[in-house]
Amino acid sequence: MVSMVADEKAQPQLLSKKATSNSHGQDSSYFLGWEEYEKNPFDPIANPGGIIQMGLAENQLSFDLIEAWLEANPDALGLRRGGASVFRELALFQDYHGLPAFKNALARFMSEQRGYRVSFDPSNIVLTAGATSANEALVFCLADHGDAFLIPTPYYPGYVSVCMRRFYSLPYDANVQVAAAGPAAPRTLLTTTRRTSHGSLLTWQSTSPSSPCRFDRDLKWRTGAEIVPVHCTSDNGFRVTRDALDDAYRRAHKRRLRVKGVLITNPSNPLGTTSTRADLDLLLDFVSAKGIHLVSDEIYSGTAFADPGFVSVLEVLASRRADDEGRLSDRVHVVYSLSKDLGLPGFRVGAIYSSNPGVVSAATKMSSFGLVSSQTQHLLASLLGDKEFTRRYIAENTRRIKERRDQLVEGLRAIGVECLESNAGLFCWVRMGSLMRNQSFEGEMELWKKVVFEVGLNISPGSSCHCREPGWFRVCFANMSAKTLDIALQRLADFAEANGKGAPAQKGLAGGAPARTMSCPVVRFSWANRLTPASGDRKAER
Amino acid sequence: MRDDDDSDGLTASRRKSSKDPRPPPRPRADGGMRIVVPLQGVVQGRGGLVLGSLIPCALFYFLQLYIKRNRPPAPEAAPGSPPPPPAATPIQRSHSRGLLTPRNALPSLSARGAVVRSGDEDSLYYAGLRRSADDPYHPVSNPDGIINLGLAENHLSLDLVGRWMEDHAAAAMLDGIAGAGEDARDLTIRGLATYQPYDGILALKMALAGFMRQIMHESVSFDPSQMVITSGATPAMEILSFCIADPGNAFLVPSPYYPGDIKWRTGIELIPVPCRSTDNFNISITALEIAYKQAKKRGVRVRGVLISNPSNPTGGIVPRETLHDLLEFVAEKNIHFICDEIFAGSMYGSDKFVSVAEVVDELEDFDKGRVHIIYGLSKDLSLAGFRVGVIYSYNENIVSAAAKIARFSSMSTPTQRLVVSMLSDQKFISEYLRVNRERLQKMYHLFADAMKQVGIECFKSSGGFYCWADMSRYIRSYSEKGERKLWDRLLEEAKVNVTPGSSCHCIEPGWFRCCFTALGEKDIPVLVERLRRVTDSHRSNS
Repeated sequence: MVSMVADEKAQPQLLSKKATSNSHGQDSSYFLGWEEYEKNPFDPIANPGGIIQMGLAENQLSFDLIEAWLEANPDALGLRRGGASVFRELALFQDYHGLPAFKNALARFMSEQRGYRVSFDPSNIVLTAGATSANEALVFCLADHGDAFLIPTPYYPGYVSVCMRRFYSLPYDANVQVAAAGPAAPRTLLTTTRRTSHGSLLTWQSTSPSSPCRFDRDLKWRTGAEIVPVHCTSDNGFRVTRDALDDAYRRAHKRRLRVKGVLITNPSNPLGTTSTRADLDLLLDFVSAKGIHLVSDEIYSGTAFADPGFVSVLEVLASRRADDEGRLSDRVHVVYSLSKDLGLPGFRVGAIYSSNPGVVSAATKMSSFGLVSSQTQHLLASLLGDKEFTRRYIAENTRRIKERRDQLVEGLRAIGVECLESNAGLFCWVRMGSLMRNQSFEGEMELWKKVVFEVGLNISPGSSCHCREPGWFRVCFANMSAKTLDIALQRLADFAEANGKGAPAQKGLAGGAPARTMSCPVVRFSWANRLTPASGDRKAER
Repeated sequence: MRDDDDSDGLTASRRKSSKDPRPPPRPRADGGMRIVVPLQGVVQGRGGLVLGSLIPCALFYFLQLYIKRNRPPAPEAAPGSPPPPPAATPIQRSHSRGLLTPRNALPSLSARGAVVRSGDEDSLYYAGLRRSADDPYHPVSNPDGIINLGLAENHLSLDLVGRWMEDHAAAAMLDGIAGAGEDARDLTIRGLATYQPYDGILALKMALAGFMRQIMHESVSFDPSQMVITSGATPAMEILSFCIADPGNAFLVPSPYYPGDIKWRTGIELIPVPCRSTDNFNISITALEIAYKQAKKRGVRVRGVLISNPSNPTGGIVPRETLHDLLEFVAEKNIHFICDEIFAGSMYGSDKFVSVAEVVDELEDFDKGRVHIIYGLSKDLSLAGFRVGVIYSYNENIVSAAAKIARFSSMSTPTQRLVVSMLSDQKFISEYLRVNRERLQKMYHLFADAMKQVGIECFKSSGGFYCWADMSRYIRSYSEKGERKLWDRLLEEAKVNVTPGSSCHCIEPGWFRCCFTALGEKDIPVLVERLRRVTDSHRSNS
């Protein structure tokens, strides 16, 4: 008792463990790169030698369309409707159910994105302050501390933080270490945790700092849920397989985690590919068999620019409706946002769509912690309500994305760098093994550092997206002009040339067996290296 | 069921043995005892009676255990009984997580989700609001509707803000009147649409710092770098709580206080520390001390003291000396101090409002890092719909942690721009604050007088939107039940919705919170007439 008191006194500031924990994901080398960018950002006139930001999935290709619309529709910004002020309606409007006009317009827009093959019921939409917030609210609704979600790799690392288990509640001793180490000692922390834990979530926490995109922080942070990766490989274009799902499920089980659902991004971030109908069927079969949830993050649905087009999980679900015994539709939830499709991340508009009344009602109440301002709702209600505009916008926007992506892919091909064949997204999944001196995660890290610091391009290494094969990078292309992209490609070409282009000999790197060693800084799942148990086990579990 | 079997078996065998006359009576010396309890003979020498009865009991216990372990699966065990209701409760408290394997009847929601979902269902506060929303009073279209005094809104000065919006809104966002020190380039759609800092744009922080300084009568200045902007004060409070306390920790909250939502997801306990009408609802340090000790005894870690100033619901302000005492208290206990000053700019009384920001500067040797202020524009500028909340903290660790968590509750950029431009219009702001104060003052007196007419005394309040009315004369039984009855009669007979003190954790029954700022002057006589329905009948009955 006495010592406890003394302890308390000794602690100068009593932050919660969350605030002091090293899980914010900003202490990694990745963020060094990001900081480097912020210190020295490229500008065609003011700073032509600066770092070009290619780590930000932002869509700036169609701003002119929105600007033109705003100019033509001054009522939207002026808080008017038909010339008359609607301010009185908006000033005090803080109903967490959202403005009906906006929800109707959003439901129609989402339906239009999906070629009107699915219809959305506005009363099943929950508005949130961005997709991040939507994902978090869903995890809050579906999982308790220590429950887990399966996520196919590679995935946008931000998911981790929405699920981050709070350290205090951990049964593992190693946690104390993390909490005690605090933000001051991130580096040593990484090594110690790697050594002490074998596959416990500790390894997870240490991976999250190296996340490029902020997603890593998003899911785990406050909710205390866990993420268990479903390992996908380049052999089949990173498609999800039943074996991989079962394997992940079993690993979760071994860690005594209760699996609450599968979380996918469709179109995939970082791959830039859409899930096929068969993929989605497989996932639905899986969640149906296990009695768990499926969360489909479809924030890039409007970026699908080539065949096979985007297929929403709701479409597949609708076609199965007939034999929907397990009330599967109650367990499928969709996350959407206007940040990518409309390129409006600054507006902070996200949405959850679910036919589960329990989830809708709980998420609606939670949304009071992140409401969309009434002014923004009013503005977007008029924008999305303009059918003529949305139709034109969707067509033009996807055309521009394709054009820009082709520019990137061709530029890379010219220097012997291949991309995963993509049909959506604001980025390409690029294999740069040919530029790496050794085919391991160290090699990847080395190349990445060179690309950031010498070449001046801020891209995201695959390891930060929890990819298990070294040599992949996510390269964003939609947040810059065509000219800037040309400069970026030119820089990369110069770099490839200076490095002698001798590398392509090693181009045929395999799945990277030698890379998956404990010495490598990124593969931290020692258990992931274990051989998969005999298929007999698998059957027994099913 | 098995228990039945067992007992049947036992009695059957006993009956059998008693019925069977044939075995000849044995000699007493070795005793049938030795057969029934063979071990008793062994231990007969020392304490035989105790052990002799203990051992059979233990054996029986192990037998039970054995049977239990080998229990056949439930469905087979109950062939005749009706099938168990499928997932009787869709919501399962799942604290015994982890060891459970997922089943098909998995709960739809997490325990947390379930709590949130059903959270406010039974509260009178929300019930009253729902009733009022269904049948709102309108002098012309619905003269019999419910007069809603349960709101937390100020309608008195909406016209001023509305007029400003009409004149400036569209221009503020597109033409760049706002641009407090930012490039003109930022003020196109690019500046609105792209990713902005999650904790708010600098221009808004600067404008808010200026505004807060103004409403505190220039007595203190605020540093924009200590601010985190969130989408409303509700998330601000939640985020701050996430930063300074872990689940299971507690805050001491002088009661009565406004029913907040911070418990839901943070898992923080709010311990009410009662203030008494005889003390004019002043905060008593002794009571805090007692509550602190009691919590400690329960093993609950108190992380801070949370107050609202001006108080919601009483409308009283916390005197400078009390703030001093409170700060000493939190320093002594080494805990945090959170001050919700959201009504700071809505003062109408004679007492002068003192911000804790002013007091911390006066103290010597005081570690400011434990003091945090919550502010927002929902009340003082009647802009609830715009969702502007602020965490102002003297602790840089908390500022940086909160800034990161703020990504879940970011404010929409167009709205930020609009608010910046409004706050920068110094002439408008000064005029607004002056006129709003006059109107609040006038309305408060009108309302308090009206209450007096029907024999209801109000607490002498100085700020905020509420009258804290003492109706204990009109309750039949001096208890929460009596209060509830009166609330019910007010709603059903008088058709007036008020917030009962019990919803505000007031320990003295008979107090009601009445929001007077959503009324017009013309509504006052109607209100008096309505209240008479209840008060008169009370008099005639008693």
